[in-house]
Amino acid sequence: MIALLLRDLQLAFRAGGGFGLGLAFFLIVTVMVPFSVGPNSTTLGTIAPGVLWLGALLACLLSLDRLLALDWEDGSLDLLATAPLPLEGVLAVKALAHWITTGLPLVLVAPVLGVLLNLAPAGFFWITLSLLIGTPALSMIGTFGAALTVGLRRGGLLLSLLVMPLYVPTLIFGAEVARRGAAGFATETPLLMLAGITAGTLAFMPFAAAAVLRVNLR
Amino acid sequence: MTLQITDLSLARGGVPVLAGLSFTLGPGRALILRGPNGVGKTTLLRTVAGLQPPLAGTITGAEDQIAYGGHSDGLKLGLTVTENLRFWAQIFGQRDFEPALEAFNLAELRDRPAGGLSAGQKRRLSLARLMVTRRPIWVLDEPTVSLDAASVQLFAASVEAHLAAGGSALMATHIDLGLDGDVLDLGPFKAKATAPVADGFDEVFL
Repeated sequence: MIALLLRDLQLAFRAGGGFGLGLAFFLIVTVMVPFSVGPNSTTLGTIAPGVLWLGALLACLLSLDRLLALDWEDGSLDLLATAPLPLEGVLAVKALAHWITTGLPLVLVAPVLGVLLNLAPAGFFWITLSLLIGTPALSMIGTFGAALTVGLRRGGLLLSLLVMPLYVPTLIFGAEVARRGAAGFATETPLLMLAGITAGTLAFMPFAAAAVLRVNLR
Repeated sequence: MTLQITDLSLARGGVPVLAGLSFTLGPGRALILRGPNGVGKTTLLRTVAGLQPPLAGTITGAEDQIAYGGHSDGLKLGLTVTENLRFWAQIFGQRDFEPALEAFNLAELRDRPAGGLSAGQKRRLSLARLMVTRRPIWVLDEPTVSLDAASVQLFAASVEAHLAAGGSALMATHIDLGLDGDVLDLGPFKAKATAPVADGFDEVFL
C-alpha cells in the first residue's frame, strides 16, 4: 500500500505528472474573478468564500480523469487487480495520493488567494479549515467517478458530469462554513455536516469504487 | 499448486466464445493454448487470472496464485527499470529483484527510464516482473511479442527454471518455445450459440 502511494506521488512529481496543473488552474480562475465581477472590494469580499470553494472544486475535477486512466492504458490496473492488495485499498490509496498532490496544495494556497479577493480577515482560518476537511471527500468521490468511467472514450467529460452532482453537499456545507466564518457567525453546524459527509464518503466510497471498477475491468 | 478448470464456459462482450472447457495444470507443467484469432484465448486467460467471471464452470487453485502478464506491459514510463521492478516486488511482498534483472539481461539498463526503452526491452522488463512476484502459476498472453530470437531464448530459459522450481505456466503463444509442455487447441471448444446471453447486467446504457 505504501509502495503504491509512493509510486503515485513519485509519478505526479516527475515531469509530465501533472502536479501543479490544478493549482495553476485554481490561481487563474481566482485571478479572473475580479475581471468578471468588477473591482468593487465589498462585492468581492462577499463572494470570496464561494468563489474559492468553487475554484478548488473545479481544480480538483481537472485532474480526476488521469487518476485511473493512465494505469488503465498501460495495463497496470489489470496487474494491480490481480495483485494481493484488496482493490478497495488500492483505490483508497490512489484517492489519498490524489488528495496529497491536488487537494492539499489547494488548501494551502487558498488563504493567499483570499487576499486577492478581499476576503474578510476572520475568513482566512475558516476557508482553510473547511477546505482541509472537505477536499478529501472531493478526491474520494472523484475516484469513484474515475472508476466508473475508466476505459471509456472521452470519459473525462462524462466523469465531470457524473461527479459534479455528487460534489453538491460538500460544496454547500464547505462554502457555508467559509461564508459564516468570514461574516463572524457561528460555524459549528455546517462544519459538523461537512466533516460528517467527508467521514461517510471515506468509509463507503472505496467499496463502491472497487465494485464498479471490477465490472469495468471485465 | 494445481490449477483445475472444470466445464468452463466463457463470454466476451456478452457473446459466448468457449464452452465445456476442462483441463488440469499441475506443478512443473506448462500448457500452451493455440487457436485462431478471436477463439477466446485472452478471455480464458483473463478469467483464470480472476479479472472476469466465467459464465459457467469452476476454476480451483487460482486464488492468489496467479502472476498475470497481459497484452500491455504494465510499466510506468516515468520510472526507471529498477523502480518499476521494485514497485511490483513490494506490492507482492518481496524484496529481491536482482535475479530477475539478470535473467532478462536488464542489469545494464537498470537506471534508464522505462520510457526510453525499446519495445523489446519493455517486454523483457514486463516478463521480469513475473519472476519478481514469486507466484507459482504464470498466466501469459502472447509473452513473446516484439522479442528478438535471443530474448525469446532468455524467456524460454526463465520459464524452464520456473517449471523446474515447481511452478507452472499457462500461456497463449504461436511461437515454439522448445518447452516440454502440453498443447491445448481451443478450436473444438468454440461455443455453438452465437446469440448474446443475459448475464444480469445491462451494458446497453453505457
